[in-house]
Amino acid sequence: MESKNNWKAWLYLAPVLILLAVFTFYPIINTVYVSFLKDYNYTTGTHSGFAWFDNYVAVLTPYSELGGAMYEKVMKIALPNTLLITIITVPLSIIISMVIALTLNSIKILKKFFQTVFFMPYVTNAIAIGMVFSVIFSTDYGIFNNLLGVQNLAWIYRTSASDTVNYWRALFAICFYIIWHSLPYKILIFLGGLQNIDAQYYDAAKIDSAPKWKIALKITVPLLSPQILYMMITSFIGSFKEYNSVIGLFGKDGGNFDVNTGPSTMQTMVFFIYDQVDKNNVHYASAASIFLFLIIMAFTVIQNKVSKKRVHY
Amino acid sequence: MRDEKFKYAADTSDYVLALAGSESSTEKKQRISKITHIISLVITYAFLIIMGIIIIFPFYWMIITSLKEGEEIKQLQQTFFPQVIRWENYTEAFNRLNFGVLLRNTLLVGIISTLGTLITTILAAYAFARLNFKGRDLVFTFLLGSMMIPGEMMVISNYISVSRLGWTASSNIVGNFAAMIVPFWVSIFYIYLLRQNFKQIPNELYLAAKVDGKSDWEFLWKVMVPLAMPTLTTIFILKLMGAWNSYVWPNLIASGNSNVYLITNGLRETFSTADNPNDYGAQMAATVVVTVPLLLLFIFFRKYIMRGVGRAGIKG
Repeated sequence: MESKNNWKAWLYLAPVLILLAVFTFYPIINTVYVSFLKDYNYTTGTHSGFAWFDNYVAVLTPYSELGGAMYEKVMKIALPNTLLITIITVPLSIIISMVIALTLNSIKILKKFFQTVFFMPYVTNAIAIGMVFSVIFSTDYGIFNNLLGVQNLAWIYRTSASDTVNYWRALFAICFYIIWHSLPYKILIFLGGLQNIDAQYYDAAKIDSAPKWKIALKITVPLLSPQILYMMITSFIGSFKEYNSVIGLFGKDGGNFDVNTGPSTMQTMVFFIYDQVDKNNVHYASAASIFLFLIIMAFTVIQNKVSKKRVHY
Repeated sequence: MRDEKFKYAADTSDYVLALAGSESSTEKKQRISKITHIISLVITYAFLIIMGIIIIFPFYWMIITSLKEGEEIKQLQQTFFPQVIRWENYTEAFNRLNFGVLLRNTLLVGIISTLGTLITTILAAYAFARLNFKGRDLVFTFLLGSMMIPGEMMVISNYISVSRLGWTASSNIVGNFAAMIVPFWVSIFYIYLLRQNFKQIPNELYLAAKVDGKSDWEFLWKVMVPLAMPTLTTIFILKLMGAWNSYVWPNLIASGNSNVYLITNGLRETFSTADNPNDYGAQMAATVVVTVPLLLLFIFFRKYIMRGVGRAGIKG
């Protein structure tokens, strides 16, 4: 291929590079910049000088000028919610999807059928199915309470003023929904990984007539470790950014729970960020989004470091 | 990996010794292994069926509830099949959603942003896969690396940008739609996907086209694009599904103006947070209306969707 391609190639890339420059690279720099501004007004572009780290302080410490209101929302609601959702859903969804993938891989009859069934939650609308789950978990007439054999147990909404929603029940409901929604992708990735495993490992084990569970635990799982690491990192990032599931399940205010049992809403970090954009506090939203980015980076680096020793390539 | 293999081979050598037992016990062992095989098969299928029911149940419940009468929904003992089928829930859902407008908006935004993405993706993937230029690998690695950055960081600034352009003003409907479309005309993941596909197309075709006097441009559209149709279909479907499911950005742009809502915004706004059991029938009918097109796409394009989604994990 001749060198005259040189400038032509850049023409082919131009649309992508221009769009990325305007809508991806510039915004990243601009968000960092805005996060340091004092009282930024995004409609006019005006601000009253640099606040430097004051926006971060306002968002993260109780001693801000705002009487701690934002601190409460981040440190007492958004961050605990996000961390709890992550800690619960990431390992559980990985384990469940791996067991399903291993089981699916071991059968022949109806394999395609089950594969299709398990993929269905992927092709759904997070808001729509969130609404379905909130009907399933409904307090007075919900099928979930029905199956448990109890009445009037509030999971999502209060139905009367005297009702209270226990935070931990609400957390159960949202984690259940998130795991349900995240299984298909993980199963698909694990199945892909299983297909790539060289059959000779199994042949060796078969000759030795090792029991099935032992083959799964000692051969398959270690050979799946690249997929496990990939799933851990991507689903950590995904669950740190949980938002649509909260809106779908609890509505636009993110729920209303008994404050004696935990955070008063299921608002997450991303929820807080969009809420601040909505309230025209773009500088706080920027600071919070960079804070979130740093957390995600830290987790990703730690996971990579820890797993270096454990992943077999 | 090689070391591991030998380790397990050594581990299991006891079994080989065990197998070399006496002749008479072999039959017994075979029978036992047959029984354990059947038991494990039963457990396997039982597990898959139970998990399958958990996966299917929300879909089932959505459809069942969408056909029930208010009175039946409010029974203390829930029924698993509607006693009286009430189709009016659907008429009510369509009317309250203002479905025609939502569908028009979503298709408009979905199709234009998808076509734009396809064009930019084809051009960029071709440059990365076929053309030789300085800094190609560097730029490509840089683009892949930028996929790591969370979208939320860009959303804020992009919102500032489009509102400074006047695209968020409620009077500027064309601007509203432009704001929902233009930023999504590029996807690094799809460029990656298509580049992999382009690379598989043998170089001989390229050289043959050169001999025939075809330009790079002709080769791209007459040879590469038709050959990459399956991948392009995958991108088309996934992107369209993305528009159907997008909520955050259109919600910011529309900021309460229901004329420019996309389908998901319309759904959430029409059936707001209040827990009203009288409303469950119409609400679930509305969620069926939003879910069914996705399931239809899945049924017809299963292969394309699963291949595109599965590709993401291959790098490991």
